[in-house]
Amino acid sequence: MTVLIPQPLRALTDGQPSVEGASGSLAACLADLEARFPGMGERLLDEGGELRRFVNVYINGEDVRFAEGLATAVGENDEVSIVPAVAGG
Amino acid sequence: MSYARNLRCRECGRDYPLAALHVCEYCFGPLEAVYDDEAIRAAVSREAIAARPATLWRYREFLPCEADSAVDIGAGFTPLLHARNLGKALGLPRLYLKNDTANPTWSFKDRVVAVASSRARELGFEKLACASTGNLANSVSAHAAAAGMEAVVVIPHDLEAGKVLGSSIYNPTLVKVRGNYDAVNRLCAELAGSRNWAFVNVNVRPYYAEGSKTLGFEVAEQLGWRAPDHCVAPIASGSLFVKIRKGLDEFARAGLIDAPRTRMSGAQAAGCSPVATAWAEGSMNFRPQRPDTIAKSLAIGNPADGFYSLVQLRDTDGACASVTDEEIVAGMRLLAETEGVFAETAGGVTVAGVKQLAERGRIDPDELVVAFITGAGFKTAEAVAGGLAPALEIDATVDSFEAAYGPPAEEVPA
Repeated sequence: MTVLIPQPLRALTDGQPSVEGASGSLAACLADLEARFPGMGERLLDEGGELRRFVNVYINGEDVRFAEGLATAVGENDEVSIVPAVAGG
Repeated sequence: MSYARNLRCRECGRDYPLAALHVCEYCFGPLEAVYDDEAIRAAVSREAIAARPATLWRYREFLPCEADSAVDIGAGFTPLLHARNLGKALGLPRLYLKNDTANPTWSFKDRVVAVASSRARELGFEKLACASTGNLANSVSAHAAAAGMEAVVVIPHDLEAGKVLGSSIYNPTLVKVRGNYDAVNRLCAELAGSRNWAFVNVNVRPYYAEGSKTLGFEVAEQLGWRAPDHCVAPIASGSLFVKIRKGLDEFARAGLIDAPRTRMSGAQAAGCSPVATAWAEGSMNFRPQRPDTIAKSLAIGNPADGFYSLVQLRDTDGACASVTDEEIVAGMRLLAETEGVFAETAGGVTVAGVKQLAERGRIDPDELVVAFITGAGFKTAEAVAGGLAPALEIDATVDSFEAAYGPPAEEVPA
């Protein structure tokens, strides 16, 4: 599966706008990203291990906050997009 | 010259240069412009501001771009009206309306886009873009036209006809997305990573957001250099709501008004009320919603400044109203019939919100209240068109007129 990396995090991925990710739960997917791109985890997750307030994560365009958050399943063919919050509207 | 010094993360306080950046690389917090407050205080005076043209550029020291080379189509300095009739209907004798329908593209978005487009041009961008519920697209299209820039504006597919036409006339590239605003927003955030365009509410958002402060500046100046007791504004992303108060605070720091104790209250449509719902539950964490309301300009289910809106509601002893679609239409009609102001659905939300908060005792009848009317009614004509009294259609004769209207009775011509 594919993970879309937003501009502010591309310094961690050598400028790559998307990377291959691990399927399983979103939490596992993010843990895998942290293992391969150190620093990713602390930018996306707060001290309590939850998604930071201004981080939005979408799986195939669907906000994971409408699903099961970090427990949401991520399949082989899914696309995960990490998007900072944006002003309106 | 601009007195902006750098951008700063609102969450962790890290500083960044005044570039096309909007998110902290470390914590994803939003970046905000920081100014040389002392220099501003030394540079400004009531007299100097009052002598300048009637646009938002009269507050040039407080904006993060060069006013002399700004993209200026006349945004800002809209009327502040003492709404005596509406105030009487709502039991608020000191109710004022900030009528931002009087902007060049008929909404408050001209304020944010005036600043964003000016800064984008300074930064060397040739293309302006945005994710929009309609009003922002209208304003970006117009400002790009005046600036000689290209525009790419992205909107949900199901907007009102007036909102679509209000962009098309300026000949931008208009993109309709089969999805809601939150999907449009996500798409534009993704596109911003691969296009060297100024997305006004994405990569140049810190400049964009500053434009809304001018509502606070104007209200204070128009009230005779004082802050109102209570403001009521609609909440979509929450940016406007937060920045009105920031404007009042900056005016006080510059010595132009006394320190404000202004209560800030918000209004949302029940069909898209993440902030109002969290506020009613006493929570500082809102849950995103899937919008379903006629107030499409407020239909942001995942508001970027939702958290800061909740903080402001708490810190200023404000309250947040939630009003139904029926109340929105009633609010639009009440505003038009009492004050002669034809607002779009968001204005109906504000008026219905003021009514609800007054009825619940959340607004004191003694307070000087300013309600922010953010967009014009012809943009959302569909919302009210069906329920209005039909015209009397007659032949061009006195008999036909009297048959329809009634006889002259005791009326004597003056």
